[in-house]
Amino acid sequence: MTRSLTMDRPDDRNRLDAMAQGVIGQPLDRPDGPAKVTGTAPYAAEYPVDGMAEGVLVTATISKGEVTAIDEQSVLSMPGVLAVISDQRMTARAAQGGAGEAPVQQVRQVQYYGQPIAVVLAETFEQARDAAKHLKVTYREDDDAVTDPHDPAAPTETYDEPIDQGNLAQAMAQAAYAVDVTYTTEGHNSAPMEPHASIAEWDGQTLTLHSSLQMLAYNQKELADSLDLAPEQVRLISPYVGGGFGSKLGISPEGVAASVAAMQLNRPVRVVMLRQQVFQCVMRRSETTQRLRLAADANGRLTGFGHEARVSNLPEEEFAEPVTQASEFLYPGEHRRLAIELARVNLMTAGSVRAPGEAVGMQVLESAMDELANAIGMDPVELRLRNIPDQHPSEGIPYSSRKLVECLKAGAERFGWDGSDRTPGQRREGEWWIGTGMANACRVHNINEAQARVTLSPDGTAIVASDMTDIGTGTYAILGQIAGEMLGLDPADVLVQLGDTTLPPGSGSGGSWGAASTGSAVFEACEAIREHLAEQLGTTEEELTLKDGFAIAGNRRVALPDLLAGAEVERTGHFKPGEITEAFAAAMYGAFFAEVAVNAYTGETRVRRFAGAFSMGRVLNEKTATSQCMGGMVWGIGSALTEELTFDARDGHLVNPDLAEYHIPVNLDVPHLDVVLVDERDPAGSPLQAKGVGELGICGAAGAINNAIYHACGVRVRSFPMTPDKLLAELPDP
Amino acid sequence: MRPFQYMRPDGLGHAGQLLGDGARPIAGGTNLLDLMKLEVEVPDRLVDLNRLPLGGIEPTDNGGMRIGALVTNSACAADPRIRRNYPVLARAILAGATFQLRNMATTGGNLCQRTRCYYFYNIDQPCNKREPGTGCGAIGGHNRIHAILGASDSCIATYPGDMAVALSALDATVEIERPDGTSRQVPVREFHRLPGDTPQLDNVLEPGEVITAVILPPPAGGRQLYRKVRDRASYAFALVSVAAVVRMDGDTIGSAALAFGALAHKPWHDPRVEQLLAGQAPSDALFHQAADLLLQDAEGQGENDFKIPLTRRTLLAVLREATGGAA
Repeated sequence: MTRSLTMDRPDDRNRLDAMAQGVIGQPLDRPDGPAKVTGTAPYAAEYPVDGMAEGVLVTATISKGEVTAIDEQSVLSMPGVLAVISDQRMTARAAQGGAGEAPVQQVRQVQYYGQPIAVVLAETFEQARDAAKHLKVTYREDDDAVTDPHDPAAPTETYDEPIDQGNLAQAMAQAAYAVDVTYTTEGHNSAPMEPHASIAEWDGQTLTLHSSLQMLAYNQKELADSLDLAPEQVRLISPYVGGGFGSKLGISPEGVAASVAAMQLNRPVRVVMLRQQVFQCVMRRSETTQRLRLAADANGRLTGFGHEARVSNLPEEEFAEPVTQASEFLYPGEHRRLAIELARVNLMTAGSVRAPGEAVGMQVLESAMDELANAIGMDPVELRLRNIPDQHPSEGIPYSSRKLVECLKAGAERFGWDGSDRTPGQRREGEWWIGTGMANACRVHNINEAQARVTLSPDGTAIVASDMTDIGTGTYAILGQIAGEMLGLDPADVLVQLGDTTLPPGSGSGGSWGAASTGSAVFEACEAIREHLAEQLGTTEEELTLKDGFAIAGNRRVALPDLLAGAEVERTGHFKPGEITEAFAAAMYGAFFAEVAVNAYTGETRVRRFAGAFSMGRVLNEKTATSQCMGGMVWGIGSALTEELTFDARDGHLVNPDLAEYHIPVNLDVPHLDVVLVDERDPAGSPLQAKGVGELGICGAAGAINNAIYHACGVRVRSFPMTPDKLLAELPDP
Repeated sequence: MRPFQYMRPDGLGHAGQLLGDGARPIAGGTNLLDLMKLEVEVPDRLVDLNRLPLGGIEPTDNGGMRIGALVTNSACAADPRIRRNYPVLARAILAGATFQLRNMATTGGNLCQRTRCYYFYNIDQPCNKREPGTGCGAIGGHNRIHAILGASDSCIATYPGDMAVALSALDATVEIERPDGTSRQVPVREFHRLPGDTPQLDNVLEPGEVITAVILPPPAGGRQLYRKVRDRASYAFALVSVAAVVRMDGDTIGSAALAFGALAHKPWHDPRVEQLLAGQAPSDALFHQAADLLLQDAEGQGENDFKIPLTRRTLLAVLREATGGAA
């Protein structure tokens, strides 16, 4: 039996707080933790399959043109080599998140350097990799490739409908204080610890793919569409995912290649992307150029607000980094212009990387806000407090629960913020300039359709099942806690099964929607089970208390096995976003506070303290929510100081496709991260009154670091990442 | 990775015989294995030196130390005699790589680590070091990490290591066994070479030769510093590094041994700078003169232009600290 809910209006019932088990929100350990840290949780490439052939992708060494010939004979005589496949069903790019259809498949039409063009199969991985490097490929190379996204001659188009309200230029001219600044950010890579990997096995016309993916219900359709199969002919298995961050939202080339090869060879095939391929042929976050225009009156209240960005993507890709997403509603200003220009370039696919839009949009916006605060001579916290709009500045709709003020105050208190003197260059410790900075955090709230099945067994334990994934976020833990709370069970008595398309289709993990969406499906299923149990007990669902495996109503207290009397109860919850998504501006908020040290000689920056206060609706598990915030802040440090995809504009190849030269922060770069979770319930967020937390911690984090650097040494770096060379040019002589 | 033969020699002489054309010695393998996976290195044979008797850190007759070629970076940096008498070496080693890598990397192997030039690492790109005659991708390409001193038209790569920079400041010697069983000693300052027209040669090792030890002179005393500037706090190669051994003689600089990393195809040592400093009273003016001399012929490639002021500023920081804080 399925119970559906289309969320059209807020759910004010707050059912979870009415439950008695007391496990929701608790900082419980992840049930999957021990298996992961002891190496017994199998990841995609680790399934033992007999008779497996190994495939390695071959990637293009030109940026635009056509593969005219592939000399298979150049490698077929090498030891162990089985085949070279460059099949029209193979895919040249990964699918964008939520595509649900095959991505671009013309592998022989090259659109970017590093594009998969073939797969080489061999008995061992080493043989396949060696052969892939030796395969002789002939190209016809076009001479009109665009490999520099900043090239003014690159073809550009306006993405989506710009927001134009009032007269921003006039507002700027008449403003008491105005800031008009342009910042740049460089491309980012998700760099998940587990590379993209797939094992394909055919059984007649049915395909099973062990793969590392975020959104199985969509990936099933994408893979089926690529191979011209019905979705039912494809089974995806992905119970453990070693990080995704958007790079595994869509089916990626290695999964399709493994499937095609396994069919042709008539044996199982494993294809694992090399680390360099994870960097080169999955997804990048676009570089951005962002112009911010902020006009304020004498009291620091925004009258004009402009945020215009230029981003890039391949021709025909619909995705454009939604840089201005939070800018649409975070700040007031009746004179507004928000626009995104999309340059068409021949560089790897730009797509979703953790917090697409806000990750780089907020860090620039919040740096510009700091410039405005300095221009006014105002505490930047006070400037934020004065600029909280009453309603969506363009659409006029109300905000759902918004705890920005509470976050600013809680964060400032935890950090010990003193905004009274923002003059830069006032504090020096030995060689180091010390400074502090802050920024708002903001990320839109998304929800997605999801189903989950909950089975209450006759012994009083429960099973939660969905094809939902846990990409390291804690899904196993929180779904168990939701079911445990609703059904009055110790979460240890709730088995959560995920990551298999034979299970009901969940929301997938992405856009911070997993917990609120699939969690709501679990919640719905549990409500249906509660109704059944109430009926068995002769009471109503509202009057029913479930706690510690007992059903309680009035003065009756019955153990669940007794009440169930040998029968299991199975319900499927089906959650659908409805009109609620249009009725409110729903978002998660927070505030970052950073202290940095900038070396007066070398321009090296070290983050010394970093605090963040965040609100995300109901916290489902304090530990995993805190970890998500911390992870986001670590990403913020990387975005601020070190991470940068470097392309060689001469041929479009990625110069730093590995973890030695693409610098993600290491332990020494990350100080103690102080995370405050601000208590909140958002009835418009989901029936759980929860929103999302997977991306919030990055959205603005790098802005706080930028602002702290300025406060430390007086250098405003408008080019991220803020590497020593950029500071050096402006630092005074030591 | 291409198929290769794995060989384990019985002794040094045997190793020398096995190390002919197409062979590579392997010790820790921290650099070589990566390069083999990428097919930057494609040896036919790997000659495993790990069972040869090349371990141990022992005093020498003249009061110095002899560090066996197979002593790991971790062991060397942890040795109390090294830490006490040659702190610049311990500091330099600990500034490099990670615990895991230092546990495997050896003294001899570390000297032989290869450049981190992006184009050297990518076999689809031209590189005169990897494949002589194909050109240099870094010239006119991305060269933020590349050389500002001693580069040539065919190669602007840098030697990326830290340990060897300290050894250069300490004026250590590399002990090498020839295939015929005789040995020779090469000052570490002459062990690595400049690229010239033959950038494929990183150092002066001849085919079949094996590094057996690094010999440190008697302790130099003084203040010893290793300053490494990098993009992140750990696990990143230097943008600039300075190894300094400075002895004060009252209020003047008795001697200052300086070596620089990440500036050139070898740890950079300029005796003129040391001569300029010796016997002088420390002052910022003097330090700037030293930097002027050091960087007289420095030439940026565009992205790495910043290394010139960065080197000056880092040298200034090191000399101020080593001479007692002149400013």
